[in-house]
Amino acid sequence: MCDVLLEVQDLKKFFKTSKGMLHAVDGVSFTIERGKTLGIVGESGCGKTTTGRAILRLVEPTSGKIVFEGKDISKLRKREMRKQRQNMQLIFQDPFSSLDPRKTVSQLIREPIVVNKLIRDKRLIEARVKELMELVGMAERFYNSYPHELDGGRRQRIGIARALAINPKFIVCDEPVSALDVSIQAQILNLLKELQHKLKLTYIFITHDLSVVNYFADEIAVMYLGKLVEKAPTEEIFAHPIHPYTQALLSAIPNTDIDIKMERILIKGEVSSPVNLPDACRFAKRCNYTSEICEKKDPELREIFPQHFVACYCPHNHYCKNADGGIK
Amino acid sequence: MRLLERCANDAISTNSERNTGFEGENVLEVKDLRIRYETEDAVVYAVNGVNLTLKRQCTLGLVGETGAGKTTTVLSLLRLVPSPPGVIASGEIIVNGRNVMQMSSRELQQMRGNEIAMIFQDPMTSLNPVMRVGDQIAESIRKHEKVSKKESLERAKETLLKVGITADRANDYPHQFSGGMKQRVVIAIALACNPTILIADEPTTALDVTIQAQVLEMMKALKDEYKTATIMITHDLGIVAETCDEVAVMYAGRIVERGTLREVFKETKHPYTEGLFNSLPDINDRKSELRPIKGQTPDPMKTYPGCVFVERCPYAVDACFEGYPDEVQFSDTHYAACKGYNDKSFHIMRGG
Amino acid sequence: MRYNKKSTASLKSTNVALQYRKQSRANMLWRQFKKNKGAVSGLVLIVVIILIAVASNFIWDYDTQITGMNSLERLLSPSLSHPFGTDHMGRDVLARVCYGARYSLLIGFSAVSISMIFGAIIGSIAGYYGGRVESIIMRIVELFLMIPAILLVIIFVSVFGTSLLNLIIGLGASTIPHFARNARASVMTVRGSEFVEAAKAVGASDLRIIFDHVLPNAFSPILVQATTRIASCIIDAAAFSFLGLGVPAPLPEWGAMLADARQFLRDHPNLTVAPGVAIMLTVFAVNLIGDGLRDALDPKLKK
Repeated sequence: MCDVLLEVQDLKKFFKTSKGMLHAVDGVSFTIERGKTLGIVGESGCGKTTTGRAILRLVEPTSGKIVFEGKDISKLRKREMRKQRQNMQLIFQDPFSSLDPRKTVSQLIREPIVVNKLIRDKRLIEARVKELMELVGMAERFYNSYPHELDGGRRQRIGIARALAINPKFIVCDEPVSALDVSIQAQILNLLKELQHKLKLTYIFITHDLSVVNYFADEIAVMYLGKLVEKAPTEEIFAHPIHPYTQALLSAIPNTDIDIKMERILIKGEVSSPVNLPDACRFAKRCNYTSEICEKKDPELREIFPQHFVACYCPHNHYCKNADGGIK
Repeated sequence: MRLLERCANDAISTNSERNTGFEGENVLEVKDLRIRYETEDAVVYAVNGVNLTLKRQCTLGLVGETGAGKTTTVLSLLRLVPSPPGVIASGEIIVNGRNVMQMSSRELQQMRGNEIAMIFQDPMTSLNPVMRVGDQIAESIRKHEKVSKKESLERAKETLLKVGITADRANDYPHQFSGGMKQRVVIAIALACNPTILIADEPTTALDVTIQAQVLEMMKALKDEYKTATIMITHDLGIVAETCDEVAVMYAGRIVERGTLREVFKETKHPYTEGLFNSLPDINDRKSELRPIKGQTPDPMKTYPGCVFVERCPYAVDACFEGYPDEVQFSDTHYAACKGYNDKSFHIMRGG
Repeated sequence: MRYNKKSTASLKSTNVALQYRKQSRANMLWRQFKKNKGAVSGLVLIVVIILIAVASNFIWDYDTQITGMNSLERLLSPSLSHPFGTDHMGRDVLARVCYGARYSLLIGFSAVSISMIFGAIIGSIAGYYGGRVESIIMRIVELFLMIPAILLVIIFVSVFGTSLLNLIIGLGASTIPHFARNARASVMTVRGSEFVEAAKAVGASDLRIIFDHVLPNAFSPILVQATTRIASCIIDAAAFSFLGLGVPAPLPEWGAMLADARQFLRDHPNLTVAPGVAIMLTVFAVNLIGDGLRDALDPKLKK
């Protein structure tokens, strides 16, 4: 049977602002099996980054349960959580700002090992650092270099090496390639996939780039204004997107094949403010298929097809109409 | 009052002929442009011999990664390359028939915004935060045309409508707009004077994908209406496919391949262009492997005796190390700089 | 929209390329500092002053020439054997001025060290933890900020007596709140950085993060404040000695020398000029260094 590594139940994170309560993450639930990749997709303000941080408790959830390998980590105390972090790591988006500019490559990679007191012997630590550098494809000559001397791709490799240093089982990749050039992106993506295979890692892959997540993820969850609007295996989502937002998102990707004429679904307006939201479907104001009920109550995530969850009332059965909604 | 209106109406016509009387086919010609940055640490060779032509009403996609020299190239068209440390070592830039390098600063000021307008990547820093949006557009109009303040404000509101913003928002300040709307305002300012040439430097990179779709659709519609020739700088080949008629691919300060959209996309000739396509995850075939270009982006402080792509090229041969390749012509419009084609039977794997 | 050179935003690629230099931050700082001729002259000047201060112990005899009394040679005009003349106690003014450099330098550096260390620790804790901790600490700090620092020193010295040590402690302690405020602001800026979050993510403890990541990166503004404070400290010390609250007689502190010279200002201006010029030069040198440091540390000024 499936071996569930992580289970997130009704995760919520609210921020108090001068204008009201900001619902950054508003009731997100999912499970991930060991060795698989869950892609969390959405645009700015949807809460995907906060979700990733909240799972690792780098940001304290307002409520909800996080169950890692059967253990509820949502209420662990600071010291125990630090220990738990050995199993769960984060790869940051910006390789420029996520590395301390005053530390060398070796100091940066060594830090997780030293901090967690996993290896005491200096020479063994050095060996481990070199091993990690090789694992992520970084030449040994950069051992004493500073981050500002290296380009984006290499810096991101440092970030990956840091995440791997203490043999985690689970890594949250927060837009790990968005800040990189296209030709380097591909290198890093291949590296991440290779590492997953080699080290039996489980990933959450957060991104706004659907083409990347297509390549990478087994299952995709689409977020909008703090909620999951659709969740399904990757092939299914691309073949049969049901939620109007997912459809629009997919059709918005510029296609590099110039012979394919796309029916672009344009959604009107802008993302509304995540502060003081009324109890209605959050996408209703921009949706092309609304009906009365959409303004009255926020739809729950329900299983419409096997494994395929959608938070939508589907008032006009638009998914039947739009089996090839916007993408070919 | 009537006389003034008539004069104003005469001033408002929709094309470059009004500005300069230039009727030629190519609104922009760049010949052998070379630009370097001389700093106390080292010399950075940003642009190394770029040749470009931009036809009237055509959209040219300038594709390349960070450090390829795209931004520097287009900045030089407006003579906005900061100097020091930038030095335009050689080359000719001819806009609407006039040589930009020989213009006085007054002529340059007249040209900027009026004949060539530019949109930058980050809308937040392009707009004056303490000035109302309508005023910013109106100011641009007044700078180049003799119209009254009231008149320019009216024109500003019209332009706002064209970019999909209601006229009543002309009194708002930039911080009251979202990212996508700010970028529309920036586009409105750029188009307000009906420039012949519009330069868009990664105009949608900072925007969300769905907003990007909106803005691109809008730009396409405006292109038809204003008939502006555009240079679209981007690293996203998808955007190029959607908006451009012609493409020029830049690498390490040079144009390695140029041609029509179809030629570059379907009959790719240069190994770097092929590498770019191979690096993209195929949205239609998720199982296909990514084949990244090996190696790192080139060091702009080094000069290369041979082809600058040679260290990363899967097809490199000995000849590639000696001397930069000449451009090989494949059609009237399609050129690529690659020595591989000295061998008649050579072809890269992608396309024809 | 502004069509000027400032709007040519990202020459990021150029900057990335230019940073391909195998230099540590300290090296880069020094190279940047070296370019500022004023700063380098200031540094040279300070080194010279330090050397004079150290050497004066070996050139002149402390007991007779610096603090002794020689009635025969009172108030002599400047001559070859006494380039700045002698004071009312018959002591060579030049010797006293050179020796007096020790006190000014000592007071300046020690007092500021006290301020900096304690201020930085207090400010960092406040800045890093925020919330209740910050409120409590900063309210206390602000309380002290309300009282003029000079007044605090006067109170301290009055209570504990005038001596070199008390002057140093008083001057040092009086500006701890100022440094704390600066440190807090600086730490708050760095606290939000991603690399701090990254350190948390790998399991680093708060203490380690503060000392290993935050402080080294937040240090620049504190350092700049310290150098400017050294200059004002030297002046303050002279002022206190002038008022009789600082270094006690017969120590040749410049301010004290100025106090003694006041009564002879009309007939023997050389007694005022020598220590006055010494104070000016030292403060000038320190300010030059401070400016140079600030410019070197400011990333926006780098070309």
